[in-house]
Amino acid sequence: MSIPPEPLLTVRDLRIAYHGETAPLPVVDGVDLDLAAGDFLGIVGESGSGKTQLLLALLGLNAGARLHGSIRYRGEELLGATEPAWRRVRGARIAMIFQDPMTALNPYLSIGTQLTEGVRRHRALGRAAAWRLALEMLDAVHITDPGRRMHQHPHELSGGMRQRIVIAMAMICEPEIILADEPTTALDVTVQAQILSLLQELRARTRVALVLVSHDLGVIAEVADRVAVMYAGRIVEQADAPTLFSAARHPYTEGLQRSIVPLEGPLPARLPTIGGLPPKVTALPPGCAFAPRCGYAWERCVVAPPPLTRVSTPDSAPGSEHRKACYYEGLMGRAR
Amino acid sequence: MTASVTATALAVEHLSVRFPVGSSRGWLQALDDVSFSVLRGETLGVVGESGSGKSTLARALLRLVPASAGRAQFRGVDLLALKGAELRSMREHLQIIFQDPLASLDPRMNVGEIIGEPLREFRPELTRAAHRERVLRSLDRVGLLPEHLSRYPHEFSGGQAQRIGIARALMLQPELLVCDEPISALDASIKSQIANLLKDLQHEFNLSVLFIAHDLAAVRFSCDRILVLYLGRVMEIASRDSLFASPRHPYTRALLQAVPIADPLRARARARTATPLSGEIPSPLSPPSGCVFRTRCPLAIARCAAERPRLRRLGGSDVACHRAEDVGQG
Repeated sequence: MSIPPEPLLTVRDLRIAYHGETAPLPVVDGVDLDLAAGDFLGIVGESGSGKTQLLLALLGLNAGARLHGSIRYRGEELLGATEPAWRRVRGARIAMIFQDPMTALNPYLSIGTQLTEGVRRHRALGRAAAWRLALEMLDAVHITDPGRRMHQHPHELSGGMRQRIVIAMAMICEPEIILADEPTTALDVTVQAQILSLLQELRARTRVALVLVSHDLGVIAEVADRVAVMYAGRIVEQADAPTLFSAARHPYTEGLQRSIVPLEGPLPARLPTIGGLPPKVTALPPGCAFAPRCGYAWERCVVAPPPLTRVSTPDSAPGSEHRKACYYEGLMGRAR
Repeated sequence: MTASVTATALAVEHLSVRFPVGSSRGWLQALDDVSFSVLRGETLGVVGESGSGKSTLARALLRLVPASAGRAQFRGVDLLALKGAELRSMREHLQIIFQDPLASLDPRMNVGEIIGEPLREFRPELTRAAHRERVLRSLDRVGLLPEHLSRYPHEFSGGQAQRIGIARALMLQPELLVCDEPISALDASIKSQIANLLKDLQHEFNLSVLFIAHDLAAVRFSCDRILVLYLGRVMEIASRDSLFASPRHPYTRALLQAVPIADPLRARARARTATPLSGEIPSPLSPPSGCVFRTRCPLAIARCAAERPRLRRLGGSDVACHRAEDVGQG
């Protein structure tokens, strides 16, 4: 009998809304998440799906938003926590890797200054000790010639090297959780492959829990163990990665997968598409937000949003946490 | 011979573009002796990473940056030598679709004015009714509604804005369409809609298209032939099927292997066998001697540093590599 690992992070019924002219604008609506040490969770969603807002909430950075629900880190409630309490967590226990390394780095400061800033604040290390640690981190993210890089400025480095430095900055305080928002979207495909393999290597070595947000199903499939698909502020499907990619049960997930062009094998004359546009946050439909674009929708779908419930079919592995928010119970591939 | 001449829409020969660097010495060689052709009704894909010169290629052909050498035969003349009124009238036959659809639309013009602008420039003789009729027809063709005419760019999503850009580019029924990353900035569920639309229009108008992209999957769907650029030079030109089934250049092979696969089991199986390409594209200010790819190439030998490989025919490809015969053999 193994004792279940203590969850690092537990998010329950998280709701994030911004002030609108007539009514509140819900950007995240009832999201649950669990994260344990060494997890690699992928979150897929398009622009406006709420994926970035969700990450920002885990850092207490949604300026001007109203938050409800619960975000517990090692049992401590962070939602509504004071700014000093957030500061002890943010960067030190939960760190972030942003999409564009050029804007995440300060162009005026040397790499060494930026790398040591956080660790000196959070760990009260002296200048020399912080410098030594920074050199070790640069080595850990496979930056060549780290001694020289410490004195360089961001514009002197390539895009891939900058993102390695942003990763080193996130890792240097030895956080337990790293959130990565589209960390490879601004990079070339060969460099993207290098950065994804670096993230996996760091996870294996340090047991850090990673949450990677991407619009690219391929990127998620390469690295994540578990996947959550977001649409219009909700998780519409979640499962372990092999299940999600081989036996998706939400029509939106299916549509995303079908629209991917394969690199080998037969090529369709026309790409399968998801018709229409994602809903605007100012005009969310009363039922399932995907219903207006869904080939499986029926009367029930437009009445109330479906809850995220366990999928139980012969093809789901016993004990698998495959969940979907959809009333349609039939097989996929039969859209009208 | 005559037949092949009429079947070619654009023939680019030995095109080079270089930019002066700093105040004194030095040139940045953005394109170096690039030759290729686009057949009538064909979509030629241009792929490569940032810094490969693919956007410079588009800009040189549209005469937005000057070429330092070479020719581009189009409609019986050298595009790169045209001046003044000749150049202006040629623009009617040569249009572009940009990557960022919102940035490419004037925020102060409504959709009717944006789509109608090419007509006002090149068909001023049209009556108001005829002008309006053609604007409405093209709006409908790209899947927008008449009520969109009076709206402004900021009221549209990225996918809709790209439809507006497409309608504008096709208003004069150009012969050659340059698409610079036309779907990269769009969301996944919108990408396939726009890719389908472009393909339909390409067939409908028998357009010749230069399709610039970094997304190899998009290129596989949209293109008949593909040109691979690296540091301003052509690495490989091949038909779609031959390029994806048997890439001949080590760089093409590395690019294909780096594309994420949306299948965790296959992705992980590949991760165990394929080593990702190390390093990044070198600075074009000091390109490597010989083959520019040799500093990242797993097959590089002494000859690659000494001798610049010329494009040569191998299987279904034209490939610039001394070791092309050994690609894909472990």
